[in-house]
Amino acid sequence: MDKRKKIKEPKRHGVQALWALLTNSYLAGFLQGKIYQGKLKTLCVPGLNCYSCPGAVGACPIGAMQAVIGSWNFKFAFYVAGFLMFVGGLMGRFVCGWLCPFGLIQDLLHKLPFWKKLETFRGDRLLRKLKYIILLIFVILMPMVLVDVLGQGAPYFCKLICPAGTLEGGMPLVLLNQSMQNALGLLYAWKNLLLLVTILLSILIYRPFCKYICPLGAVYSVFNPISVFRYRVDQEACINCGVCAKVCKMQVNPAKNANHPECIRCGVCRNSCPVKALH
Amino acid sequence: MSRLHSSRTGIFVAVCGLLMAGYGIYRGEISVVLEKAINICMECIGIG
Ligand code: SF4
Ligand code: SF4
Repeated sequence: MDKRKKIKEPKRHGVQALWALLTNSYLAGFLQGKIYQGKLKTLCVPGLNCYSCPGAVGACPIGAMQAVIGSWNFKFAFYVAGFLMFVGGLMGRFVCGWLCPFGLIQDLLHKLPFWKKLETFRGDRLLRKLKYIILLIFVILMPMVLVDVLGQGAPYFCKLICPAGTLEGGMPLVLLNQSMQNALGLLYAWKNLLLLVTILLSILIYRPFCKYICPLGAVYSVFNPISVFRYRVDQEACINCGVCAKVCKMQVNPAKNANHPECIRCGVCRNSCPVKALH
Repeated sequence: MSRLHSSRTGIFVAVCGLLMAGYGIYRGEISVVLEKAINICMECIGIG
């Protein structure tokens, strides 16, 4: 029997969609090809959500972090780092499972039928470390060190990598603005290529961007073991049947480590446990 | 709620985060965030 049939998903996509809609509720932006310019944008949203998305009403924490680190007068982003510590301390990667629009997009893409889905491969574990390197190099070091004559560093993760920016900001804005269409170049092509690869891989592999690339997922993963919201295994009740590990699409074995950095708190293991040993 | 296990470390980290964010606000970091967020980010969209 296909083991996927045993998977019991909690009602997660509704929450993800509602949150995505709420934090991207400036619908006029999609009609006019503009972005929201109100004061609400001083606040960061917990998930990866480009602030140049026409609907965005908050700031992307990864974009905001690079902006502050790269500004000439501040070289450390206390506000954003503190915000991430606050959210991480409370819920860790629960944000990834429930409150990130780009996570939802990948979830939905993975539902598209494909003749073979890839659960894991050789080098998977090692590749998961890549997101920490990306966080360090593209989000922190490059904006801090590679500065222009005014002492300003560019947001290199946004510029060279982020497919969420291309999808949520680049595509709608370019589509709606003639002047931007005239300014397109190699960089736009590169970012679209990365987006295309992300989309195709998301159909084949569950959340490839979250597993290997996302610097925000890397930050929250550190807080997973200590966050207030986390899972526990009732060792008395657990019968070691292995169902939780089999259904986990992030390849975590929650019976062994319920607070693994890769766990996005999707709740599938919890719902699938035949003896309800995961709380 | 059963999954809200008391975690002193988690609460401590969250409170430290709040203090840190407060310090960032105090030294004016949010004006940089706002400035960046309300203007179309050319790097994000792949033009700049
Ligand atoms: S890893 Fe990144 S993109 Fe994935 S859900 Fe978490 S914050 Fe969003
Ligand atoms: S361990 Fe459980 S909650 Fe965590 S990602 Fe896997 S299935 Fe989801």
